[in-house]
Amino acid sequence: MQPDRHELALCVNGTPYQRTVEARMLLSDFLRHELRLAGTHVGCEHGVCGACTILIDGAPVRSCLMFAVQANGCELSTIEGLAAASGDLDPLQQAMHEHHGLQCGYCTPGILMTMTAFLKENPAPTEDEVREALSGNLCRCTGYQNIVDAVLAAAANLRAAAP
Amino acid sequence: MTTRFFGAPVKRNEDRKLLTGQALFIDDVELPGLLHAAFLRSQVAHAKIRGIDVSEVLKRPGVVAAYTAEDLGGYWRPGPLLVSPPPIPGIVFNERTHVPLAKEVIRCAGEPLAIVVAESRYIAEDALDDIVVDLEMLPAVVDLEKALKTGTAYVHDDLGNNVAAHVHQAKGDYAKAAAKAHLTLKRRFRYEHGISSPIETRGVVAQWDARAEHMTLWDTTQAPVFVRNVLAGALGLGEGQVRVIAPFVGGGFGPKIMMLYPEEATLPWIAMRLNRPVKWIEDRFEHFVATTQERGQIHDAEIALDKDGRILGVRDVFLHDNGAYNPYGLTVPINSQCTMLGPYVIPAYDSTFTSVFTNLPIVTPYRGAGRQHGVFVIERLLDLAAHALDIDRAEIRRRNFIPKDAFPYQNELIYQDFAPLQYDSGNYEPVLDKALKAIGYDNFIREEQPKLRAQGRCVGMGIACYVEGTGIGPYEGAKVQVRANGKVSVATGIGTQGQGHFTSFAQIVADQLGVDVTDVDIVTGDTDRFYWGAGTFASRGAVVAGNAVNEASLAVRKKALKLASDAFECSEDDLVFADGKVSIVGVPGKFIRLGDLAQRANPMRGAVKPGTEPGLESTQYFGPPSGATANGVHAMIVEIDPETFDLKVLKYVVVHDCGTVINPMIVEGQIHGGVAQGIGNAFYEKLSFDDQGQLLNASLADYLLPTALDVPRMELDHTVTPSPLNPLGIKGAGEAGAIPVGALFAQAIEDALELKRKSIELLEIPLSPSRVFELIREGER
Amino acid sequence: MKPAPFKYIRASSLDHALSVKAEYGDEARFLAGGQSLIPSMNFRLARPAVLIDINGLAELASVDLSGETRLGALTRYASLERNGAFLKACPLIAEALPHIAHPQIRNRGTIGGNLSHADPASELPAVALAMQARIRLKSSRGERELGASEFFVGILTTDIGPDEMLAEIVFPPPPPSTGTCFMEVARRRGDFALAGVVAIVSLDEEGCCTSIRVALCGVGDTPVDASAAAASLIRQRCTDQAIEAVAADVQRAIAPPGNVHASADYQRHVAGVLTRRTIAAAHQRAAHAA
Repeated sequence: MQPDRHELALCVNGTPYQRTVEARMLLSDFLRHELRLAGTHVGCEHGVCGACTILIDGAPVRSCLMFAVQANGCELSTIEGLAAASGDLDPLQQAMHEHHGLQCGYCTPGILMTMTAFLKENPAPTEDEVREALSGNLCRCTGYQNIVDAVLAAAANLRAAAP
Repeated sequence: MTTRFFGAPVKRNEDRKLLTGQALFIDDVELPGLLHAAFLRSQVAHAKIRGIDVSEVLKRPGVVAAYTAEDLGGYWRPGPLLVSPPPIPGIVFNERTHVPLAKEVIRCAGEPLAIVVAESRYIAEDALDDIVVDLEMLPAVVDLEKALKTGTAYVHDDLGNNVAAHVHQAKGDYAKAAAKAHLTLKRRFRYEHGISSPIETRGVVAQWDARAEHMTLWDTTQAPVFVRNVLAGALGLGEGQVRVIAPFVGGGFGPKIMMLYPEEATLPWIAMRLNRPVKWIEDRFEHFVATTQERGQIHDAEIALDKDGRILGVRDVFLHDNGAYNPYGLTVPINSQCTMLGPYVIPAYDSTFTSVFTNLPIVTPYRGAGRQHGVFVIERLLDLAAHALDIDRAEIRRRNFIPKDAFPYQNELIYQDFAPLQYDSGNYEPVLDKALKAIGYDNFIREEQPKLRAQGRCVGMGIACYVEGTGIGPYEGAKVQVRANGKVSVATGIGTQGQGHFTSFAQIVADQLGVDVTDVDIVTGDTDRFYWGAGTFASRGAVVAGNAVNEASLAVRKKALKLASDAFECSEDDLVFADGKVSIVGVPGKFIRLGDLAQRANPMRGAVKPGTEPGLESTQYFGPPSGATANGVHAMIVEIDPETFDLKVLKYVVVHDCGTVINPMIVEGQIHGGVAQGIGNAFYEKLSFDDQGQLLNASLADYLLPTALDVPRMELDHTVTPSPLNPLGIKGAGEAGAIPVGALFAQAIEDALELKRKSIELLEIPLSPSRVFELIREGER
Repeated sequence: MKPAPFKYIRASSLDHALSVKAEYGDEARFLAGGQSLIPSMNFRLARPAVLIDINGLAELASVDLSGETRLGALTRYASLERNGAFLKACPLIAEALPHIAHPQIRNRGTIGGNLSHADPASELPAVALAMQARIRLKSSRGERELGASEFFVGILTTDIGPDEMLAEIVFPPPPPSTGTCFMEVARRRGDFALAGVVAIVSLDEEGCCTSIRVALCGVGDTPVDASAAAASLIRQRCTDQAIEAVAADVQRAIAPPGNVHASADYQRHVAGVLTRRTIAAAHQRAAHAA
């Protein structure tokens, strides 16, 4: 079978891209190897570990469970878009740093994207709510405690900074 | 040395890169002309290979090459024995190392049969379907006891049995001890550990520069120096022609230190033949069979005690599941054997194990490295003894602790570092006391538990003690160099998989040289930057490499003092290091920047005096005489649903002693992560092989890693008994969290469900709700 | 774990989707949320020659609460979670939704995809069975409707024909004074159920049971309708004893397979426990609703 190729136009972190891709190329591979946005990581390719989580039109999804062609016309957000243009870390990234919420850092991109969306919808979460929201992202290094602390701290900082 | 940074919870230097998605992990390596490899892996555990036909593969567009064992020609050979058996009298060790591609016989499911190289991983996987494999099935050796009976199949035909090793170690006279005992208890225990499953799997990228005759290998290895040495030898290259780079690695936990994995051995060979760089990234499905793991042991253990619950002796005979090959020697079962002694005085100990070949993936160390198994047995034996003698479970442990003035304590057995097991230091009672206080031990037993039980709630408590041998040799080295701009570069031979070396080592340097932690850049895992070393394993990174960094920093400090005292014509005692400068005490205006001192150390004119070296740098090595012994106590309160047997951890306490602490934030993170893996081991994770050696749950949907809802908040505390074996007094901490959790769960579940009253004992790990249900039903019959 | 090659067709309309499906039959699969299909394709367990992407067909994502509850197949779990009116109208589905995987999956996954995948441990097929939902199938030949009990045929197998698409699910409204409850036991939140029970209890003015529906997930090749085993409660008061008896009858009526996570006996045991608990809770809620 000749590879089935399709045109694709989408936006990642505000930048438009146009490519032609094989239909079966996973969105995770497209981001990492076509667009060279390697911050999104691949951990399992069956939708369980959550390392590949990105935002599509603001909602967290597993990029390993989508074909790149399905993202045609969509606005994607990945870890590369979180820090400010100045290089300043955003409040969640900063809190993760201050609370030692990462060790090897491999699961971190998925957690940042999941929690970014979560905090938008839940600005004042309890610890239980944070853990539940985090339960779709596997971490093998940290035991989650510091990540939870970081998210709670980021939530507090965002609330304090809000107008 | 000032201690502005050492001992402080300094935030990590490496975080920014990781938080912004800029850190380079293995699959981020992109090279022009990069090809992709996929491995055809055996679907069956044991078979004779009649033929592997790859002829159709090359017809597929996008495929560049396909290889079987035959194609490797003279390059094909069983890998080296990486860890020799320890020099134990009477030891039987049958060396059978793994091979790069199966030839003639398949010995475990997942063993690689062929390699396809293509323009993309997608095409390479398509091409695997084109390979025709002709096999003659053989019965699989899976059950440990059956493997040693007559009539069984053999994993290695030439051996005539399935014995990988037989080891007997003893001290004192157990038979005598048992004869005098007030109580002897004997039980059979089964302990299963699982896969490491870091969120990043393994990977290798090989790039051969034919003109420079130089091989670069990116590899998720925990031991880049060893990989370089072994590969160079195998490829017929000089060590200087091979560079191994371990980039950012997404979790190691042990199996990434296994070396000369088939993929590590073959990718460089392929890169040389095709003259194009090749990449292989393990996918999650492969990880279940292609990366080493730990599995099970069966222990028949007996303990002899006096009427006060003091241990007179322990005798243990156990079987260890080795897997199909034994390239990594006997580290795991030796650890089980030695760690069973725990923090206790055990005057007589008689331990025998048979390491058994099975048609299953290779077993090599995974966080804890066999210590879990030993700790489970001794802790359960003590719990059973406590119940039989009606002694409080904390009290029976306390009575058996090695007293604090008995160190260094000789346990006589040969340990994994080939030296007699010696506990260098320790003070166990305060650790237990802190843990009991933190968990609210007395109050729970006297008030909380009875009150909640009266409400129909099943709550229980567990406590478990352990000792952990850490920080073994052989050695590590570090080079510290002050640059002209005043920043300090450090390189060491070990690799980093999240332990924070980029920060903890910088703290050591920063205090010695009076610079800021952020002005110290650390390179780990690049053999071009540091030539010598062993690797990151066995909780030794901070101890051994950290001390090497310290030695090198001290040497640089001495040089700087000499240079500055010459420059100021003053005594070295009048000088102080701070803010990147060396100045005269009390005269802050009189200073030289470190960077300037570095330039002075490399003069354009004049002679360098004999006995000195140019530059403000030094390379030093550190090799401890033996390992430093850490210890700890875990305590936990759980609640169990008496109908579904589901479990919730209400409180979890860890008190540990890892000697002097460089960065408490990093150590606590290591404990958190270790406990999470311990909870996975005790309650969630189980490798389910069928009797033909097929893994039934090879996916993260069915091999269950704990999530944020499954790992409790932990309360941590620590004590400090510095190790006398290194100048910094450090002991290792990487594995501590994972070690006693199985024993803890068994005790706590028994307590919550009051199983002792029904004479039901939990003598195995893992314990899922279903398994607890089955064990209770069996016990009630 | 990369999927095998396929031809990708983005459906421009429902008719287009159906005509392509008619052309390729079983060689083509519909791509909706992809949260079950794509993992199986990445494992190369599923290798459709053609994927028909129906995500653009907004008409399939309708939620109609005007009479019976009618959900278009493309309705994503997340949109149901955010639909307050729906959660109120369908508390049973509302109770099951948080057990389905994780938010990231629920942002993409659809109920049509879930039901056509027909995993026996999945929650919604058991809910559909308990509620006696009707499944509307469309093809280029026309439409047909069948009850949930006829729809789930075997393990991962439904009655959907080679040219058909699951288009809509219709949930009849419960009688007045009805209480519902869903509970499951899983190893971790979001995992497939080791056993799950759906109970729907309706009461008369005296508080006697007028109808009871019980369905289970995770204990058979398909969701299991155990309502017959619960029939002894009809025209009775739901006393603890009566509920216990039903739980025992339900245990006898099922033949759980056991799996790597749980023995068959444990599944049976837990099914009994959950049957008791869900019926008791549903009864309580029905009594409140009265």
